[in-house]
Amino acid sequence: MSNLLEIKNLSVVISDDKRVLVNDVSFELKAGEAVGVVGESGSGKTLSALSILGLLARGLRIDSGEINFQGKDLLKLSTEEMREIRGNQIAMIYQDPMTALNPVMKIGDQLMEVLDSHEHEIADRKAHILNGLAAVGIADPDRAFDSYPHEFSGGMRQRVMIAMSLLLSPQLLIADEPTTALDVTIQRQILALVARERKRRQMSMLWITHDLGVVANLVDRVIVMYAGRVVEVGTVEEMFKAPKHPYTAGLLASLPAVGNNREKLASIPGVPPKPWQVINNCAFAPRCSSAKDICFSHRPELKNNQTGSVACFFPLGGAS
Amino acid sequence: MAFLKRLPSVLTTLFGISVFVFVVLRVIPGDTITSSLGIETGVLTPEQIESLRKYYGIDQPLIGQYLSWMSSFLSGDLGFSYSTGAPVWDLTKSALLVTMQLALFGTLLGVLIGISIGMFSARKPGSARDFLGQFFGLLALAIPGFVLSTTIVTVMANKFQYFPNGYEYMTPFEDLSMNLQQMLFPSLVLGIAVAAPIMRTTRSALLETVDKDFIRTAYGKGVKPRVVRLKHVLRNSLIPIVTMTGIQFGYLLGGAVIVEKIFALPGMGRQILDAINKREYATVQSSIMVFAILFVTINLITDWVYRKVDPRIK
Ligand SMILES: Nc1ncnc2c1ncn2[C@@H]1O[C@H](COP(=O)(O)OP(=O)(O)OP(=O)(O)O)[C@@H](O)[C@H]1O
Ligand SMILES: [Mg+2]
Repeated sequence: MSNLLEIKNLSVVISDDKRVLVNDVSFELKAGEAVGVVGESGSGKTLSALSILGLLARGLRIDSGEINFQGKDLLKLSTEEMREIRGNQIAMIYQDPMTALNPVMKIGDQLMEVLDSHEHEIADRKAHILNGLAAVGIADPDRAFDSYPHEFSGGMRQRVMIAMSLLLSPQLLIADEPTTALDVTIQRQILALVARERKRRQMSMLWITHDLGVVANLVDRVIVMYAGRVVEVGTVEEMFKAPKHPYTAGLLASLPAVGNNREKLASIPGVPPKPWQVINNCAFAPRCSSAKDICFSHRPELKNNQTGSVACFFPLGGAS
Repeated sequence: MAFLKRLPSVLTTLFGISVFVFVVLRVIPGDTITSSLGIETGVLTPEQIESLRKYYGIDQPLIGQYLSWMSSFLSGDLGFSYSTGAPVWDLTKSALLVTMQLALFGTLLGVLIGISIGMFSARKPGSARDFLGQFFGLLALAIPGFVLSTTIVTVMANKFQYFPNGYEYMTPFEDLSMNLQQMLFPSLVLGIAVAAPIMRTTRSALLETVDKDFIRTAYGKGVKPRVVRLKHVLRNSLIPIVTMTGIQFGYLLGGAVIVEKIFALPGMGRQILDAINKREYATVQSSIMVFAILFVTINLITDWVYRKVDPRIK
């Protein structure tokens, strides 16, 4: 399989003071593949995703790196070329459905904008949108078309966002924790819905989450991020069976075990450092039970192994 | 429906204003007699003063005066001008037209200028263009209307021999082209005063809105930047702009008083000012009440516009 997306040495900084938020991140995504991006809050997952679409907030910028999509470096495209890709070839579902929709615009109009902004062969736009809304489980698409977002619950709004992102069947769909703002039963429905649509359309996907358990049976591979860097990459099976990085192991240990109702969560003690505070050490060392001197004085590079790669001087389960 | 809910508060406001105006007028030293007769008042005998007071109706206790004014006002009788004998309503009708036209043009110009410069500024905060826009805002805020007015009057009349307001005032129905020329400068003076706060409100509202999640969504859909700015950013910034416009309209009615005086327009401002000088209680009270009703109406219209602008307001 060829690579649909290749991120190389991506760094995102705060423009004013050049403090680094995403540090030298590299990973790739094959055509048709689903990859999970996992890490605690603040590890740089959202910023990495927004970088792909060129949607970083004011005050942030990409300092270095390449983002190759279908062989083109997105960072070298003109504003107009990038605009043509957004919503058409790459679409994103955002973290918070409550704020992601324009409050003063009817839902139908907001969906219509996707079709109005790109070239395509859809003849009956309204019918296409109504079908899209029905496909994500909205009971009365006609009514939804003429409703405003505030008339809908969070779960319904996320369905609308999903329908919006799928309108032009993008090659790459990025879902940024699409269910964190929703309650548990709705979460499951939304996850199942996105997984189903992905299969049906054979889309490549980037699933962002802080909960490994959520994506375990939705993705092929997992990228683990910590303090703005990638610390481990591997297949789901391998990672669950034999995590290499102590941080990954910690994340797995903090998952509630299935069938165990005395849910005793072994969360990792301490908090991650800010990415820019990490200079010449392993960012995880202060929280790591197997850290040695070298972990505090040198930074471990991401090194390949049989099933993936890991950035650790003392990976679990044997020599690196 | 929404209007009915507002009715009690609207009526209370109008009642408060009527009492306030009534009391203030009577607290200002002097009355109708002293102002029409001046120092001559001193030679009147107490009997003569008493009979004049009776004639003007100011011998009654205050409550009685207020009630008789209100009851005739509510029945549509605004009283008579003592100096000319003309019914106040006849004066008010033509004066109201002048002021309404002035206020409307002023607001329109102000909104147009204010929003354009606000958008111009907000496009790149901290840049030279932003500085330019903000500088205009400060300038417009700092220059008092009467200075700007007198400057325009002097320069246009002396340097260019163009001063339409030197001629007799024309209503739009009598001579539209003349009327528009006469309205141009006074509206511009008011418009510039209104533009400054609207510009600042627009700028900050736009800057707040561009950082919203749904703006990112719009760009993420591939919507063209110009469309995002107009259909998403500006559209979502309208609420504070509408609020500010409503407030400014109120100020503008006040500013009209001065501008009408300088540009010799026979509007409500001039009518009230003259009436205050002559202690024409009936004229002042009734004119101010008409002003107040106008003001409250503007507020109701603002409310209605809110509903149009933001579907979340029920
Ligand atoms: N606009 C910004 N200005 C400054 N710092 C920012 C900005 N946006 C994000 N950050 C910082 O960058 C870091 C990474 O943020 P990011 O949103 O990518 O985290 P995340 O992994 O998505 O976390 P979460 O699970 O909470 O969504 C955080 O420390 C955050 O505080
Ligand atoms: Mg995030």
